[in-house]
Amino acid sequence: MNIVVCVKYVPDATADRQFESDNTVDRVGVDGLLSELDEYAVEQALQLREKREGEDIEITALCVGPEKAVDAIRKALQMGADKGVHVVDDAIAGSDSVATSLVLAKAREKIGAEKKVDLVMTGMASTDASMSVIPAMLAERLELPQVTFASVVESQGEVFRVRRDGDTATEIVEGRLPMVLSVTDQTGEARYPSFKGIMAAKKKPLETWALSDIGVEADQVGLSASWTAVEGTEARPPRTQGEIVTDEDGSGATALVDFLASKKFI
Amino acid sequence: MSEILVLVDHVDGAVRKPTLELLTLARRLGEPSAVFIGDASQGADTLAKHGAEKIYVVDDAEIKPYLVAPKAEALQQLVEKTGAAAVLIPSSAEGKEIAGRLAIKIGSGVITDAVDITSDGGTPVATQSVFAGNFTVTGKVTKGTPIITVKPNSAAPEEVGAAGTQEQVSVTISDAAKTAKVIKSEPRKATGRPELTEAAIVVSGGRGTGGDFAPVEGFADALGAAVGASRAAVDSGWMPHAFQVGQTGKTVSPQLYVAAGISGAIQHRAGMQTSKTIVAINKDEEAPLFELVDFGVVGDLHKVLPAATEAVNARKG
Ligand SMILES: Cc1cc2nc3c(=O)[nH]c(=O)nc-3n(C[C@H](O)[C@H](O)[C@H](O)COP(=O)(O)OP(=O)(O)OC[C@H]3O[C@@H](n4cnc5c(N)ncnc54)[C@H](O)[C@@H]3O)c2cc1C
Ligand SMILES: Nc1ncnc2c1ncn2[C@@H]1O[C@H](COP(=O)(O)O)[C@@H](O)[C@H]1O
Repeated sequence: MNIVVCVKYVPDATADRQFESDNTVDRVGVDGLLSELDEYAVEQALQLREKREGEDIEITALCVGPEKAVDAIRKALQMGADKGVHVVDDAIAGSDSVATSLVLAKAREKIGAEKKVDLVMTGMASTDASMSVIPAMLAERLELPQVTFASVVESQGEVFRVRRDGDTATEIVEGRLPMVLSVTDQTGEARYPSFKGIMAAKKKPLETWALSDIGVEADQVGLSASWTAVEGTEARPPRTQGEIVTDEDGSGATALVDFLASKKFI
Repeated sequence: MSEILVLVDHVDGAVRKPTLELLTLARRLGEPSAVFIGDASQGADTLAKHGAEKIYVVDDAEIKPYLVAPKAEALQQLVEKTGAAAVLIPSSAEGKEIAGRLAIKIGSGVITDAVDITSDGGTPVATQSVFAGNFTVTGKVTKGTPIITVKPNSAAPEEVGAAGTQEQVSVTISDAAKTAKVIKSEPRKATGRPELTEAAIVVSGGRGTGGDFAPVEGFADALGAAVGASRAAVDSGWMPHAFQVGQTGKTVSPQLYVAAGISGAIQHRAGMQTSKTIVAINKDEEAPLFELVDFGVVGDLHKVLPAATEAVNARKG
């Protein structure tokens, strides 16, 4: 089985994230890393391989992003992915989800030209844009079944069954390979790279492709080709800390209820 | 006036509140037309009362088990048929996926998770809250028919009374759209409490509850509030995932948010920091959540909440 896991390089959520003057996300000034939600996709790909012992399963980590984004692929390789593909091109900067999904789809095509791709895996959302649309867009572009927001993944042969905890119901969804599968952070903690994994990753194949390698024109991507435009960004005024009381023999509850009453919540 | 398509979110025919909010927003842009996939007999009146001039009914016998792809196809056919000026979709996981597929199908830009929509001469301008709620961003779709998914509580439903003329629409669904299928569905049990994303007050518990949610639920019931949880509480199996507040759970923006035994990690804040008033109860005075609160109690939630519940109930008399 040939698995492609889409991994995104994102600004660290615990750092001070900012916008550039052109209203794009500052991806250079802030430290970045492999989107934590994509670690779950890498983890599930690795677990799939472990569960289906004896099968020949190859895992490729695919990332579209600036030079530094190669760190995201490295992390996936350290965790246990076999190969990396990094699509990097100046023209890509500022791409929206529509353009990003095009680049991912075309890269998947090129990977598939060598060896048929059975499974495209993604995280449930990127931790920066958090749109959760790329998996659906990929399924649409690749004309593949889409099985998304899986919290439990089970498979037998070509058939995949996942559990999906929706807003109003819990569903069991079934799909058949080839398909697009996105997994949530409920699938279970992602492993840390081991020392052995970190050493092994250095020798794993990592290819760097430009847009021309995958047959995408520069004017199909980037900020100018974006189908959406940000008009303004504004920092939310920081919240100011209110009163903090320390509970002593029930004083905390009284003060709390007085506060709620003063705000007319009671 | 141009038509604005609003995809109806319903549970077995009962229209959910976010759809009514979308009708309010749609009226700012043009004439709302509801798109009802399923049996509309129960919901049509509600939609008309809240501003739907037209209701396109797509019988879903064939579509129902097949997830989002056929719904995107149905919307595509309706956009082409009506020449709609925009498509508004509730911002659920499913809604965002429908939006993503539709965008590729009709060659249009998409904006997700809008918290408000205004009109610039009929062109929708969407407001989003990003980076864990630290920034507000406004934006437009610049190509094709704007597709915007909108979060719950972005507008107040308004009773305006509209024609609500029903029109049956048949759509053709490609085989490719039928390849992923729901084989089992278990509706979530009703808790008798308000919906988390719709509630005016939310009381959440975290790891600090130690697994005992009774004090949290008791306080919530005294205030008529919904119950929420941190991921630590969900991961421990104390609460179902549907109750999780935060980056990978629900975003809530109630009048009052009470966090008990929750430290305030960035991923939790992402789901609650736009709440109007925030209250925290935590035994650690250094808990980061205290930085955001309007009122905080340093203390043991197992003591503070039951006492506060009693006091609230006494006041209500
Ligand atoms: C990709 C990703 C996504 C995530 N998404 C989410 C999300 O959607 N929602 C979310 O909540 N988290 C999310 N998290 C997890 C988040 O980082 C925190 O781990 C989590 O929010 C911690 O939950 P907590 O505050 O309940 O637990 P802790 O951080 O362990 O805090 C427990 C608090 O309870 C206090 N306490 C203990 N006993 C008592 C007592 N008797 N009385 C009063 N206070 C007490 C302690 O002082 C402490 O402050 C995510 C993490 C990642 C990496
Ligand atoms: N630039 C990218 N490179 C690789 N994968 C991506 C990229 N952007 C998004 N993805 C994948 O798509 C998923 C959903 O992203 P999004 O729709 O942006 O929330 C992520 O979890 C990734 O798996």
